[in-house]
Amino acid sequence: MTGVFRSIVARDLRLAARRRIEALLPIAFFVVAVSLYPLGVGPEPQTLRQIAPGIVWVCALLAAMLSLPQLYGGDFADGSLEQMLLSGESGFSIAAAKALSHWVVTGLPLVVAAPAFGLLFDLSGAALLALALSLLLGTPILSLLGGLGAALTLGLRSGGVLLILLILPLCIPALIFGTGAVGAVESGLSPRAHYSLLGALLIATGLLAPLATAAALRIALE
Amino acid sequence: MSLRLFTFAAPARFYALAGALIPWLWAATALLAAAGLYIGFFVAPTDATQGESYRIIFIHVPAAWMSMVLYLVMAFWAAIGWAFNARLASMVARALAPTGAMFTFVALWTGAFWGKPTWGTWWVWDARLTSELILLFLYLGYIALINAIDDVRRADHAGALLAVVGAVNVPIIYFSVKWWNTLHQGATISMTAAPKMASTMLTAMLLMTLAFWAYAFAVVFMRTRAIVLEREQHTDWVGALAHGKQQPQGAGS
Repeated sequence: MTGVFRSIVARDLRLAARRRIEALLPIAFFVVAVSLYPLGVGPEPQTLRQIAPGIVWVCALLAAMLSLPQLYGGDFADGSLEQMLLSGESGFSIAAAKALSHWVVTGLPLVVAAPAFGLLFDLSGAALLALALSLLLGTPILSLLGGLGAALTLGLRSGGVLLILLILPLCIPALIFGTGAVGAVESGLSPRAHYSLLGALLIATGLLAPLATAAALRIALE
Repeated sequence: MSLRLFTFAAPARFYALAGALIPWLWAATALLAAAGLYIGFFVAPTDATQGESYRIIFIHVPAAWMSMVLYLVMAFWAAIGWAFNARLASMVARALAPTGAMFTFVALWTGAFWGKPTWGTWWVWDARLTSELILLFLYLGYIALINAIDDVRRADHAGALLAVVGAVNVPIIYFSVKWWNTLHQGATISMTAAPKMASTMLTAMLLMTLAFWAYAFAVVFMRTRAIVLEREQHTDWVGALAHGKQQPQGAGS
């Protein structure tokens, strides 16, 4: 189990490292999308401070969705996905490894970049920390659920848009508690309850989503 | 023909049974809806605080109930179809989705009509309204997915997985939205404090709920019959049906 897990993660990361620009595209999308909001909403610091957590979270959500069609798409097209599933290794570890490598490539850079963008919105230091922490707990949920969406829409004509339609409603709890943590810090409350709920969501998603993803992959390939 | 539990799981027999039931279901729909609407609009007393505008409740609340129940029913039949490879169950699940989405939309739309005169706004980000909207997204996602996949078997099974995932998520979404709502304190109007309802109002609502049930059965049966014909078009009994025979032969027994 750990063997196949580790080798898939290592392989996907190596592939991402060899297509650096492609791997960085979601981050670039995030940067551009976040910067558009002040232009649309207006530069009042008070307003910006209020909407910052929501904007950063929603943009992170969309950025995480962008690269998902490629999560299984490449392996599906060249047949290696079928070989992986036929190998007798557990589908759970394959799906979990794929989600982890997706998170390392897109989620982790967002966690690192988000505080820098919080500065653009005049967030306080404590709020920046809460934003980074909530993204650290929340983005793996997005990658896990996104893996399920990618598996369900594998090889479909309009897969990319359909994936977003399927997965975004399921991401709402993570969005609520992620932005809630920052909002709590800003209004002087403890964000701990939000972290606990995000952590609980992460554990539940981490256990269930790879199972569902493995089932979806078998449905797609049977 | 011996009657067993799965007798009507054979598409041919289901087709005949549903065909026989549909006129009765439509009649029940019409009678129940007429009675419910009559009691709701003419017999039930005017509400003390909301005036006449509250009467949309007789459509709104049953539609909201149906929207939630039908999602669970859809997920149930889809899962049965997936787990036991029961073709008819998958077809029923597929037939349920548009009706469920329609009821969700009706619940949202009548809710907006109700909200405008009572609250002065079409929409508030209340927990229930938001959850209902998300439920509509879940229905749309399911419909979009099963229509995007050309292979019927894969479409049924992938749709089943999505419906089950959605059904697991609905309570999580509901409670997170509810908590989000209390944190933000955006909506000051509370719908949870339900006033005591006159018994005629309750009767009307019950009749309308039954009417909606009969309607849902009728429409879902009609749609399932169409799907059965489409999927079984190469079988003998559909061929016989197409060439003018009235009674379809049971597919082996």
